Parts: sequence; structure tokens; C-alpha cells
Amino acid sequence: MYEYDWSSIPGALPFLAHGMRVSLEITAVAIVVGIVWGTMLAVLRLSSVKPLAWLAAGYVNLFRSVPLVMVLLWFFLIVPQFLQDLFNLGRATDTRLVSAMVGFALFEAAYYSEIIRAGIHSVGQGQIAAAHALGMTRGQALRLVVLPQAFRNMVPLLLTQAIILFQDTSLVYVSALADFFGAAYKVGERDGRIVELLLFAGAVYFVLCYAASRLVRRLQRRAAA
Amino acid sequence: MSYHWNWSVFLQPAPSGDATYLDWMLSGLQVTVALSLAAWAMALILGALIGVLRTVPGKSIGRGAAAYVEVFRNIPLLAQLFIWYFVLPEILPGGTEFKQLNPMAQQFVAAMVCLGFFTSARVAEQVRAGIESLPRGQRAAALALGLTTPQTYRYVLLPMAFRIIVPPLTSEFLNIFKNSCVCSTIGLLELTAQGRQLVDYTAQPYESFIAVTLLYMAINAVVMLLMRELEKRARVPGHIGSR
Repeated sequence: MYEYDWSSIPGALPFLAHGMRVSLEITAVAIVVGIVWGTMLAVLRLSSVKPLAWLAAGYVNLFRSVPLVMVLLWFFLIVPQFLQDLFNLGRATDTRLVSAMVGFALFEAAYYSEIIRAGIHSVGQGQIAAAHALGMTRGQALRLVVLPQAFRNMVPLLLTQAIILFQDTSLVYVSALADFFGAAYKVGERDGRIVELLLFAGAVYFVLCYAASRLVRRLQRRAAA
Repeated sequence: MSYHWNWSVFLQPAPSGDATYLDWMLSGLQVTVALSLAAWAMALILGALIGVLRTVPGKSIGRGAAAYVEVFRNIPLLAQLFIWYFVLPEILPGGTEFKQLNPMAQQFVAAMVCLGFFTSARVAEQVRAGIESLPRGQRAAALALGLTTPQTYRYVLLPMAFRIIVPPLTSEFLNIFKNSCVCSTIGLLELTAQGRQLVDYTAQPYESFIAVTLLYMAINAVVMLLMRELEKRARVPGHIGSR
């Protein structure tokens, strides 16, 4: 029978907390940039300028058909080197955190843009017709009439995607960046207590994500009422 | 930029045996496909079962099934994989036998079980949504005809529900291929891992990464085409979801 020994966790809490901060930072940047860039992509896809719409669709389909780990590896291994070669930067700079943020933001934007596109479609055609009848331009109709309603319809989906994104940040493990999961694994490896630390990490993720998803559900019910 | 492109690197012999680097890539592709298909079969069976349990009358069964779904949905895939691979063999009976298997088999089994359970929770949600989308009268009519609850599911609810949920299942099926690359972290030599190995051995990162990325896109395209055909055949005439 396995003998549990949880004693290495209390001492490691500051390190784990720092890891959690890294996870949350990556999540926050990816959500903000992802939604802004995702909205632009969604609007471009509906644009009447065909090449722009195709470019946006190509971007979304490219990122949606490649695994996140693969995207992260590109941004950890290939892109920094490429940029360093291009601009003759020093080799010493640690770009992993920035790489992770950029990689996640560009990847998530593709998923956010699909949610936002569905949200835009959920706004009735009559609304756009009415906006045009009032003399609004296409841009005005989109900005003042369609998007505000679309975003209200999308809030639960956007939040659910944020929870998935938070879970996915654990994949920065492939770059050995110490996010919460990476930190827990490192402590476990150092103390020979991988079992305890992995169970602890799993429990923390579960509590956070379950609580967040309950909140989203409550929000959804209140919006529906 | 002074990168030396060399696409013929794939035809060069790899250090192990008489294989070329191209053979490495193809064996990685095989592992990825085999792993994803095995895990998908598991996810469909488990997911259908749990999804049905979430809709049967009786509160405690439904609650248990809901807990199952929440556990597998609220822990990151990577954490689940590490728990299956590093933790459970230590704390479960039978773990010592598992650790005596050859490493490749251990990795494959852990990866398959992990992806299978992870995806089954998502499949279960789709199955539940499909069953709940059916008009209530269908269940009532089946029971009024004298069918038992299992018969109601077997002959009335599930045949319709499965046809309705084919489109959302397509995206879960695509996801399982993409998620399978997380399994490179436990040392399983699937497509991503082979790609990284190629970078280490040949120092031609661009060729290797471009090849791996294109292969994932190819898998994606093939699955999408096949599922589109299935969606066409499974479509329920006159149902809201069908066009």
C-alpha cells in the first residue's frame, strides 16, 4: 500500500502560488487579446470584401485544425529563434512567458471568433434592417446595434471558453515554464512526492474550475429569467 | 536570415536500424491514429452509458453521472494524464503489474484510458443534450405502449438522439486527435514526439515542424470529410438541426 506524505506541500506554497500567478496572467492576456482579435476576425469573416473574409476564415481554420501543443511548440522553439535571427537579438533573453502569451492569444482568438460569429448570427436580421432604415452605415449598425446584443448573448459561452483556456494553460509544461501545474510537478520531482503533488494540483484545478462553471451556470439562469 | 532548407532530410537514414526519418514520422502518425481511434471507441461506449444515466428517472443515479462528468471536465487534460500515468499505478492494486509492462505499452494504455475517459465526459453531455432535445411525448408514448424503460431507450430515444448529435460528435472526434498530442509529454512516441525527436537529431526544425503540422491538418481534413458524409446520412428529415 502506498504511504502518503503531504509534508512537502506547505513549504512549497509560495512557489505554487507564484506558479498560479503565471497561469492566471497567461489566461488573462489570452482572454483579452483573444476576444479583441477574435471579434476582428469574426467581423472580417462577415465582410463584403471577399479576400479579407477568406483570409480570416483561413486563419481560423488553420488554428482550429492544429493541436494547441503544436502551436505552443512553434511559439517556444521556432518563432523566438526566427525573431532572434531576424533582429540579431541576444540569445540570453528568456522569451518563454511572452511566447506562451502570444501563442495562447493567437490560438484562442480562432476559437473566440467562432463563438462571436455565432453570436452575431443570433441577432435577428430585422435589427440590421432597422439600423439601415434609420440611416446607419454598416459599421455603425455593427458597433451600435449588433455587437452589443451579440455579446450579451455570448457571455456564458465566452466565460466557459475562459475556463477551458485556464485549464489549457497547463500545457506550457512543454516549455518547462513554471505555471501552477509545472510548479507542482517540479516540487514533486524534487521531493520524490510526485503522487501527492499531482493529486494536489488536480484537486486545486477541480475546485477552481468547478466553482467557476457553477457561477457561469447561475449567471446563465439569471440571464434567462 | 541564413537558414539552410533541406527537405531531403526525410529520406536520410535515421540513427536506429535501417529506417529513414520519414519512417519515424509515419510510425508517429500510426501511433497517433491508433491511439485516437482506440480512445474514441472507449469514449463513445462510456459516454453513451453516462449520458443515458444522466437522463433516467431517479435522482441518485443522475447525480452520480453528473459528478463523473464534472470531474473529467474540470481537471486539465495534462493533469489527468499525469495522474493516470504517474499516480494511479502507485496507489491502485495491480499497479506493480502495470509497471512491469514494456514502457511503450504502459504509455499507450495510460494515454488511451486518459483520452477515453476525458472525451467520454464530453460525449455524455452531447448524448444527454440529444435525449433531452426529443419531445417529451416520445418517452411518454413509449411507456404508454407498454415498453419498459430500457426498451424505451433502446427502441425510441437513443436511435433518434444519436442521429441528432452526429454534428457535435464530429467536433469531439476531431478534438481527440488534437488532444492526443498531449500524450507526447509522457514519452509516447506519437506524431508530435517524433517531430521533436527529428529536430534533435537533424537540426532541421522548420522542415520537421511544417511536416508535423501538415499531417495534423491532413488528419483533420480526412476526418471532417468522412464525418460530413455520415452527417448527411444520419440527418433526420424535418428536424430543426437538419438543413
